[in-house]
Amino acid sequence: MNKVIFIFLRRMRAPLLVIIIAYAVSILGMVLIPGTDAEGNPWRMDFFHAFYFVSYMATTIGFGELPFEFNDAQRMWTVVSIYLTVIGWLYAIGKILSLIQDPAFKQAVVEQSFARGVRDMSESFFIICGYGDTGSLLVRAMAQREMRTVVVDHNPERINELELEDLHLYVPGLCADASLTSSLQAAGLQHRNCAGVVALTDDDQVNLKIAITTKLLHPGSKVICRAETRDAEINMASFGTDSVINPYDTFAHRLALALHSPGTHLLYEWLTGVPETPLPVPLYPPHGTWVLCGYGRFGKAVKENLDREGVNTVIVEVDPEGTGCAGFCVVGRGTEAETLRAAGVEHAAGIVAGTDNDANNLSIVMTAAELNPDMFMVARQNKRDNHEIFQAALLDLVMQRSKIIARDIFAMITTPLLDDFLRLILEQSNDWANEQISRLTAVVRESVPDIWYFPVEESHSPALLGVLDKGGCVHINDLTRDSRDREEPLSCVPLLLKRKDHESVLFPQGEVSLRPGDQLLFAGRIGAWERMKWTLQNRNALRYVQTGKEAATGYFWKKFVRENSRL
Amino acid sequence: MNLEKVVFGFFIVLALTLNFGFFIGEFDNPGHHNVYELFFAIVVNLIATVLKFGDRTQIGAVLLATSLVADLQLIAAAIVWGYAVQVSPAGMEPTVMSSIVSLSGGALLANVTSVVLLIIETINLRR
Repeated sequence: MNKVIFIFLRRMRAPLLVIIIAYAVSILGMVLIPGTDAEGNPWRMDFFHAFYFVSYMATTIGFGELPFEFNDAQRMWTVVSIYLTVIGWLYAIGKILSLIQDPAFKQAVVEQSFARGVRDMSESFFIICGYGDTGSLLVRAMAQREMRTVVVDHNPERINELELEDLHLYVPGLCADASLTSSLQAAGLQHRNCAGVVALTDDDQVNLKIAITTKLLHPGSKVICRAETRDAEINMASFGTDSVINPYDTFAHRLALALHSPGTHLLYEWLTGVPETPLPVPLYPPHGTWVLCGYGRFGKAVKENLDREGVNTVIVEVDPEGTGCAGFCVVGRGTEAETLRAAGVEHAAGIVAGTDNDANNLSIVMTAAELNPDMFMVARQNKRDNHEIFQAALLDLVMQRSKIIARDIFAMITTPLLDDFLRLILEQSNDWANEQISRLTAVVRESVPDIWYFPVEESHSPALLGVLDKGGCVHINDLTRDSRDREEPLSCVPLLLKRKDHESVLFPQGEVSLRPGDQLLFAGRIGAWERMKWTLQNRNALRYVQTGKEAATGYFWKKFVRENSRL
Repeated sequence: MNLEKVVFGFFIVLALTLNFGFFIGEFDNPGHHNVYELFFAIVVNLIATVLKFGDRTQIGAVLLATSLVADLQLIAAAIVWGYAVQVSPAGMEPTVMSSIVSLSGGALLANVTSVVLLIIETINLRR
């Protein structure tokens, strides 16, 4: 039985019994006491009138003495009945009010509405475990793309935040420990529409448990995990977790990428950005000595990546023994000018403020800016709340961990091929990247492009597959024509073509012909995808973009055209 | 001995016996069917229903269902009675009485089911 109704019935048992008994006693009394009618004849109230009288008396509505005026015996009994029934009602109403206030009851109501929300999911959805900075960014981005999510977090405040958040989709939120199998099941792990689980809690053990549970209970679904240590990363990857994201590595890597190939970095930024927002501007970090403040997990990852690029680094760290950099670092916090001077900030090319304290990071870059205004400044932003002040500090690059992870995960979830594409462009040269950027700019102009993906399959592109199955030939540039006017190109660029045999072509040429089972990734302006979908799904539209001829659709017309062509 | 079981059993059996007492007699003879008995049958049935609230077992659910059926039938009978006596110009007629009694007969069947279920449950306990 439904839990809420069950609790309600169980708690209301006593008050309901009291009311039934009070009514029964009052009604019976009214029936048994002899009265008189208007003419003074002996008369007894029947059950109908007694029930009518008690009903309005008990609820204190009080229509008066009906149907005939009462005698004193009846009035005496009425006094008794009033106290009996009114107290019964007060007791019942008080019980209902206290029940509604009851935490257990409230919890049951919340859980039930959550369960209903999950059960009613009719589209595929992702379970997001952990609604911190990263989780909330991810959920928001997915809601903008009309993708459904379910949130699990152990912190009730965060669930409240989720409820207050103005998302135009309903996102059910459950306050529970995500490492418990039952919480994941409640969140719809075994629901047929569950597409995957994203584990973003700040505890590696919890993320690990979530990944294992998902792999065992719903083997077909996608699992994306955040891991802060190498151990956990390897452990998660060992049993088939689809993607493991280490936040420190990810953004140290991104910084190194910006250093050695700004073009590739820019391409990366463009393709993982939120569509329709202004395009990020290119960055050109200088080569030369860099000052690195903070040698924690982030600092270590940055140093590793900068070393690989052949960039000299000077480390500033307040606790050299604890972080394992004793002997080759400048001791100090980096927030004071003295330490920075000792690290040679006046002649350095850039500075990375990478401690886990936002106030210190800002203080470091501001002090450094006074000593050497021309240097390239990178700061790590830990808390999303501090966005405004980091913006106001006019830094060259702000590394916001939650944003980077959320974008990467979002890209992986929304467009399966994008992950492959981003991996492939890392192997290309910076010049190559610059060339592609100029191609993209011509199409998308000032805003971040929309990215879409489709396979050549019956479910996604029936018209296209139909032509291929009949031995026809379709080129990529057939698809990039507008189905309303084929002379107009659609504003989009093919990014990646993945063949069935895993051969991948980056930025395929328009003359390439498609085969069944191919997968394609496109970037373009918003709206171009809708137009392309029409071509993929409608045979006549496809015929038109290929040949420029409007096909005959009806039986009669087809026959007519055939006869004519024979003449 | 469990006091809860005593009270529970008492009300369920009492609901059946009162119902039976009202039902028995010549079918359409108003003189054979006491209005007080119907009143008490309804009250005791309602109490029995409330007592069954909150039992999450399968047998508890079926017990609650039979009780609700009995309530429905008896209240319908009471409404027919009230309508015949208070509203209908013809007053209490044998045909009306027979429909009241047949409604209570339905309730009786539901109450019998309740008691049978109660007995089954008791036997299954084996203590």
